[in-house]
Amino acid sequence: MRIHTTARTALRALARNPMRAMLTTLGIVIGIGAVIAMMEIGAGSSAALQKTIASMGANVLVIRPGTASSGGVSFGSGTTTTLTPEDSAAILKECPAVRNGAPIVRARTQLVYGNRNWVPTYIYGTTPSFLDVQDWPALAEGEPFSERDVLNATKVCLLGRTLVRELFADESPVGKEIRLNNVAFRVVGVLGAKGANMMGLDQDDIVLAPWTTIKYRVTGSSLSSSNQSATSGASGDSVNTLSNIYPGSQPSLYPERSAVQAANNPMPVRFANVDQILVAARSAADVQPALAQITALLRERHHMRPGEPDDFNVRDLTEMTKALSSTTTMMTNLLLAVAMISLVVGGVGIMNIMLVSVTERTREIGLRMAVGAKGGDILRQFLVEAVVLCLVGGAMGILLGHGGSQLVRIFMQWPVATSPVAIAAAVLVSASVGMVFGFYPAWKASRLDPIEALRYE
Amino acid sequence: MGMEFIELRDIRKSYVMGDMTVPVLKGVSLTIASGEMVALMGSSGSGKSTLMNILGCLDRPTSGECWLDGEEVSRLSNDQRAFVRNHKLGFVFQSFNLLPRTSALDNVAMPLSYTDEGLSEREARQRAAEMLSRFGLGDRLHHEPSQLSGGQQQRVAIARALINRPPLLFADEPTGNLDSKTSEEVLRMFEQLNAQEGITIIMVTHDLGVARHAQRTIHVSDGLIVDNAVTAPPTTGPGGGT
Ligand SMILES: Nc1ncnc2c1ncn2[C@@H]1O[C@H](COP(=O)(O)OP(=O)(O)OP(=O)(O)O)[C@@H](O)[C@H]1O
Ligand SMILES: [Mg+2]
Repeated sequence: MRIHTTARTALRALARNPMRAMLTTLGIVIGIGAVIAMMEIGAGSSAALQKTIASMGANVLVIRPGTASSGGVSFGSGTTTTLTPEDSAAILKECPAVRNGAPIVRARTQLVYGNRNWVPTYIYGTTPSFLDVQDWPALAEGEPFSERDVLNATKVCLLGRTLVRELFADESPVGKEIRLNNVAFRVVGVLGAKGANMMGLDQDDIVLAPWTTIKYRVTGSSLSSSNQSATSGASGDSVNTLSNIYPGSQPSLYPERSAVQAANNPMPVRFANVDQILVAARSAADVQPALAQITALLRERHHMRPGEPDDFNVRDLTEMTKALSSTTTMMTNLLLAVAMISLVVGGVGIMNIMLVSVTERTREIGLRMAVGAKGGDILRQFLVEAVVLCLVGGAMGILLGHGGSQLVRIFMQWPVATSPVAIAAAVLVSASVGMVFGFYPAWKASRLDPIEALRYE
Repeated sequence: MGMEFIELRDIRKSYVMGDMTVPVLKGVSLTIASGEMVALMGSSGSGKSTLMNILGCLDRPTSGECWLDGEEVSRLSNDQRAFVRNHKLGFVFQSFNLLPRTSALDNVAMPLSYTDEGLSEREARQRAAEMLSRFGLGDRLHHEPSQLSGGQQQRVAIARALINRPPLLFADEPTGNLDSKTSEEVLRMFEQLNAQEGITIIMVTHDLGVARHAQRTIHVSDGLIVDNAVTAPPTTGPGGGT
């Protein structure tokens, strides 16, 4: 007996008692419906949660230069000057797990506007990618500075909310001039509010400017002098030669000097190191691959021999990633447990009614056997009936659950995400429930003796 | 041929009820030739139905051999017996045994879904419709059993029994639930099938009038065959079984 004939026979048998079929499958409808609704709402909140955690920096890797040490005295992390903006560009280009990256040059100095002053927690020289890497909310006002500003070391900056509050009170700072270390910067935009970070530091207490500007105009002299020894020690041309993307050291910054001028008045070598590179992995799962790729790439770029310790270190926010993944798995497991319970309940309902049905249709079974149905045919018929019942219930459950989650989305504004995986799983699960719970009644039916079945009243 | 179409050799059947065995058939031997129309008669509880069920591969004897068309069917596996029932045998029951809430057409087509022929749904229904038309039910194809008269229901049952063109038809009190006029109709149908298509028919009956339509009447009493007489061939039957 072919399967589609069996399916049609099953449908016809179910259609003989549609009300009962409906009630029988109600358990499955509700079970699958609940699972789908919870999966969709769960997936929605999980996506929202992931986004939140990502905005807290869970996907961000921090690359810092290694430790300088001299005669057994370590100067602590970041005391060598081995990271360059080219490293940042190369990471972006060659590490597939990396979404974006930005070099950072730090400064700490006083910020002056009119008669007020303030020392911001963060003065970062960076590129426009920084905002994306840090997943910064949209600008509250104005425009971010551009790559071109970075190339030209333009004196523009973005201010965090705290600074605007402290220095500008009620006025809009866009277009105004502030002074950093006696260098005038034009404010081009105001960052959106981000609040405190995990350590409780106010992330809105920040000035962002092109890293070239901070490096060469604000901290240029002091930093390069403080690191003079390291610079001369590592003065390889390969490290100093800047690519076209970062032509910060190109003479175009300053008026072209003749050979005589250069000989008469040598300029200090301007070593374009950066204090750290921030990198965003594509997703939480990409953090570890990104870490490996970056390590391999930087070792190669820094010509490190095997066995030589890294001259940089890469940190991820493992704690947060762990928290994220454990939250998600816990949620999934919880949903699965609820799904299992409701489906088992639905399955028991199916089994119960199928047993009643087998008893009730004993004569039919006997008759079918008398005209030549084999035990296997009867088994298949009842099994297919149970599976069809469950699939119909599953389909209605999917509609119900999807409708429910849409209602939740519309009336409660919860984030929901349609999950094709959940739908496929629901179909599979309802078919399996039919198989598992329909098997015993079907097996019982197939084992009936034709004579006794025919004689059954 | 050497081998009869149906041959029973010392068939015994007993039921075990608790700690005692109830013998129902106590050594039945008989032969039936192909193309015969036989009536099984006997008092109630004499074992007619039991005998018919054994012949019809529905039941197994406790001992003895049951040869059908050259095969010892009592030792076949369940699936093989189902195959024999499907291809060689047709059953008509006293209580019609139609599927409730199922159209006449689907009732008749039902055995076709258990054949290996691989008929499509459409072919099967076509064949069922032809069969129903032959029994004068061409305009009742989509009636459910509850919408048919007793005689019509029995004709649907006969159509179903014959849908696989079996050479052997069993009927257990086929007219037990019908009035005398309808009974006559059904019996005439049997005679026709027997005469025109050579279908071997074995029917169980209490009614001497019914038995008179058969060429031979086998009397069963208390689990034994007591009389195996050949009655006069009916007027409409083929030229005698003597
Ligand atoms: N499953 C069973 N268990 C025990 N005894 C049975 C069983 N089936 C039949 N019998 C007994 O076998 C005997 C013969 O039954 P059977 O049905 O063959 O009679 P019958 O000749 O067809 O009678 P009727 O004309 O009333 O239909 C009866 O006495 C019955 O009690
Ligand atoms: Mg009987």
